[in-house]
Amino acid sequence: MMKRVIAALLVLVIGLFIFGNLYSTGEGKLFPKFGEVNLSERVSDKFVKKNVTGDNEANTYKETKDAESGSANMVTSIVVNYRSFDTLGEVTVLFVSALGVGLLLSGKSRMKFKTPPNFILKSGVKIIAGIILITGVYIFIHGHLTPGGGFPGGSMIASAVLLFYISDDEFKNKVKAFKFLEGTAGSLYLIFGLLGLTMGGYFLYNFLPTGVIGELFSAGIVPIIYIFVGLKVGSELSNLISDFLSEEGK
Amino acid sequence: MIQYLFIGLILIGIYGLLTQKNLIKLVVALNVLEVGVNLFIISVGYVKDGVAPILFKGVQSTNETFVDPLPQALVLTAIVIGVGVTALALTVVRKIYEKHGTIDLDEMGSESDD
Repeated sequence: MMKRVIAALLVLVIGLFIFGNLYSTGEGKLFPKFGEVNLSERVSDKFVKKNVTGDNEANTYKETKDAESGSANMVTSIVVNYRSFDTLGEVTVLFVSALGVGLLLSGKSRMKFKTPPNFILKSGVKIIAGIILITGVYIFIHGHLTPGGGFPGGSMIASAVLLFYISDDEFKNKVKAFKFLEGTAGSLYLIFGLLGLTMGGYFLYNFLPTGVIGELFSAGIVPIIYIFVGLKVGSELSNLISDFLSEEGK
Repeated sequence: MIQYLFIGLILIGIYGLLTQKNLIKLVVALNVLEVGVNLFIISVGYVKDGVAPILFKGVQSTNETFVDPLPQALVLTAIVIGVGVTALALTVVRKIYEKHGTIDLDEMGSESDD
């Protein structure tokens, strides 16, 4: 009981500190008021106008050619072009956590559920899983044009794999390609980074022509990298699911 | 102000981390904390009447107000790392349950008990 009171007091103190200083004006100004952000004062202005190195002023959909980063989706152009090294680190963190799960739960046999999968689940999965897989692939191929990208697309692929695992007890023995796919996609990401190093002088340099903003074949290496990220995340999360459903021994 | 709500989520997460004894509830509190932080970071980049930072038909990047894309990109990173942390934490919880037969911190015996 005493512990709870102390915890509540501590949270109260932290809360008062944050609430008191959140919108403070003057020297130590932390955050602007909600919604009153002036984008032209921020770094993101250069990302939006795509003029980090040049003096490009405006980009128009389906008209601007050979922009600095040719993707119509600006979040993608930050994640896979301007801050691609950050994304490589992020993929590595996900890989390390999947490796940790695999090391701790290194069971050979598949965990059996108390109720076997019934007819509706089995035939429903056959219809739905294909649609989910295709939607996931669509999302990460169009990551530079529409909302989404490698991470949501990969998660959708993993959700289809989860359905396969639930509906079929023998699925783990049938499919062994995920570990191989994960390793290949991760290595290809690094290889494209090194190709940029040889061709442009920077690691993960966008060495392909960026094309016209808004077309499917545009933005140089951005869609290629996002396809690798999607495949890697999809196979990695599928491995996580498979590890969680494994049991030791027998 | 909606940002106060997100900070409220952060505080709920901290309170849960300090008080809970059940390991699953600790993982849940960690996730609540993470969701609060993510929502707050996104709200920092919100521009009033701004549209999603994607160029589409008839839009020029100068005369249209976009919301700030940089916090969204950072939160994309944070979400993925959150998934990794949650998966690893749940794995450790499962291992602890296999060893001790309980997920309550108070009921757990010492190493020499078993």
